[in-house]
This record gives sequence, structure tokens and C-alpha cells, in this order.
Amino acid sequence: MLQLEDPAVRASLAGYLLAIADDELMIGHRHSEWTGFAPDIESDVALSSIAQEEIGHAKLFYEQAAGLAGGSADAFAYGRSPGEFRNAVFTERPNGDWGFSIVRLFLYDRADAHRLASLAAGNAKPLADLSTALRREEKYHLAYGEQWLRHLAGASPEAQERVQAALDGAWPEAVGLFEPVENEQALVQSGIMNVDSRTQADRWRADVTPVIEQLGLRVSEVRVTPGGRSGQHSEDLAVLLEEMTSVWRSDPEATW
Amino acid sequence: MGRIATDLETKIWTTLEMVEDPELPISVTDLGMIDRVDVSEGRVRITMVPTYSACPAIDVMRQDIQTRVKTLPGVADVSVELSFARPWTMDRMTGRGKERLKQHGMSVPRSSAGPVVCPFCGSTNTTIENPFGPTLCRAIYYCADCKNPIERFKAPRDD
Repeated sequence: MLQLEDPAVRASLAGYLLAIADDELMIGHRHSEWTGFAPDIESDVALSSIAQEEIGHAKLFYEQAAGLAGGSADAFAYGRSPGEFRNAVFTERPNGDWGFSIVRLFLYDRADAHRLASLAAGNAKPLADLSTALRREEKYHLAYGEQWLRHLAGASPEAQERVQAALDGAWPEAVGLFEPVENEQALVQSGIMNVDSRTQADRWRADVTPVIEQLGLRVSEVRVTPGGRSGQHSEDLAVLLEEMTSVWRSDPEATW
Repeated sequence: MGRIATDLETKIWTTLEMVEDPELPISVTDLGMIDRVDVSEGRVRITMVPTYSACPAIDVMRQDIQTRVKTLPGVADVSVELSFARPWTMDRMTGRGKERLKQHGMSVPRSSAGPVVCPFCGSTNTTIENPFGPTLCRAIYYCADCKNPIERFKAPRDD
């Protein structure tokens, strides 16, 4: 359990953990929607496994947040309205085609790796340890996303075009993964985050851009309208939650 | 640790040997998931190191540990806590554990760098089919010699 004296730091860390958990839950839910529908059986298994892992990680971050601010993982995941979620809009978007899902998986997991690296190098011991463990586990996601991106981008001119179109749609919202939570400065100053989200975003760009360009793809610099971290979402989130929470809402007190 | 385990501590470790991972045919002790057991005035604190933090079997094992350890005479209370301070590595699995997995038809890595050996025919003429499998801790390979699909135990990556 995290022990933090300063109430301002506690509050901003609880908010940050919720944002991370919400990202993980949404991306995990979207990946899980490929179960039974992926292009081949291997991808079906892979996306199901990655989904299970992301949702499991969401649970761990919700539990950390609950330790600071009260509540429970289930109540966080199923009991909130869309405006209370802090995930980046990028993670709530529907899967679209396989190309978009792979582009998103590639961009998301690389972003998550930089976020976890910052926490792993931070001074909140149990959280830093957890982040170190997660980074080791997620190396398989990183390899998988890049492998598929290379596969698609090199497959045919049509595939290349579709990946580029997916990237054009994904990129502006992917940058939103690094929208800071309220009072992020407190987390950086206290040493919980080793580097702020702006620095993480710079590192992420320097990390993904060479891969993208090497594949003959391009990213355009765009102005991003943030929102997810302050609860401003697309209609897609409401639709997702309606389905994802329907069983839980039928009996919130049930023991599973 | 230089300290002699008490009778109760020994009994707890023996009891833990009976707790199996529901996703693998070996005990939590052979898997190397139990980091430590602390007993103070009947209060037992067990520290568990999961292979994968998101493994859905964690809660099942936790429950099983609690139920079994609680029945031991002299135990008033049992808590099972997860720790990531020293993450799980292949070295934590016992030789007996590796042997059991092999008998079960799984390929078990000696180290992360070594070749994947077919558990059925011993060939190393194997290729990866899928880095993901039916559980978080498995990958799927194929043996080009005996033509069998292989489940490979997969540890988190340190490279």
C-alpha cells in the first residue's frame, strides 16, 4: 500500500492512477472485442491474451488508487458515468479495421512503456516495483505490435495505404495519452514520476517515429484538443460502457 | 536466513506444497511463488510473487492458501500479500517443478536465450507459432521434426 503524507500529492496520484487504469481497461476491452473475429487464430489468441493482461493491469492500478482515495476496482470499472472516466479518448475508439487496431496497439504500448518507465524510476516504492514488473511483462506486447505493423506496411500498396489512413486517424488522439492529469507537477516534484508527461511524449515520439518512417509511413504534426484526462469523451465511450457494464449493473451487489 | 524455522512455519510450508496453480500442474512452492512466510502470535503473513501480475489464477491460489493454512492448529489469521519488489524469474522455479511441467508436455526454458526443445522428441528444430497462448505464461511453438505443436512456458522478459 502506498503511504503518502501530503494530501495534495495523494489526490493527484489517485487521479493519475485512475487515468492509467482507465486507459488499460478501455484498450483491454477493445482488444477483447477481437476475440473470435481476428484475421487468424493466432491473432485471436494474441489479442485475447493481451486484453486479459491489460484488464488485469487496470485492476492493479484501480486497487492502488482505491488505497489512496477509497473505493474498489469493480466500482471504478463498472460504477462510474462516462464523465468520470479519465482515459485518453484514443483508447475508447472502436476497433475499426485490423490496421487501425494494430496501429493503436503499437502506439499505445510504446506510450505505456514510457509512462511505466517514469514510475519505475520514481520513489513511490510499491508503485515503482509494480511498474518494473509490468514493463517486463509487456515486452511481448511491444514486439507483437511492431511485428504486425511491419507485416502490414510491407504487405501490398493497398495495405500500406490502409495503414497510413489508420495512422492519420490515430496519431492526433494518440498524443492525447500524454495529456497531464490535474496537478501533475506535484507528482514530478515529489519524485513519484521520474519525468513529466511532456518529456515522456517527446521520448515516445523519438521512439515510434523512426519505425514509422522506416516503413514508408509518415506522421503529421497536428494540434491536439485534449479532453480525456478531464472527463471529456466521445460518444464512443458511452456506447462502450453501456455494453461493458450491463451485467454488473443488473446487480451491483452480486458476488461473482 | 540463519534462523531455524518453527514447527508451525514448517507445517505452513508443507501445506503450501499442496496448493496448485490452477493453470499449471505444479504447486505454488515448486513454481517459486512463495517469497516468505512470517508468523507472529498466530498471525500468518504470506508474501507471494506472481509470475505475471495480471494472472487470473492469483486470486484462486490466494483463496486456496488461506483456506488450507487457516485449518492448521495455532493459526488465528492468514493474509496473503502480493509483492513485486523482487519480480518472478525462471530461477525461482524448482528443478522438480520444471520436471513436472516437462512430464505434462510443456517445453521449459533453461534460460531465456537457449533453444526451444521439443518436449516430445527432444528436437530443437522448432519455430514459434505464437508468442501468446492459452495463458499469460505460455507461448506456442511447432516441432518441424515430430510435427507436434508445443506449449512453451514463457517467463516475463528481462532483456
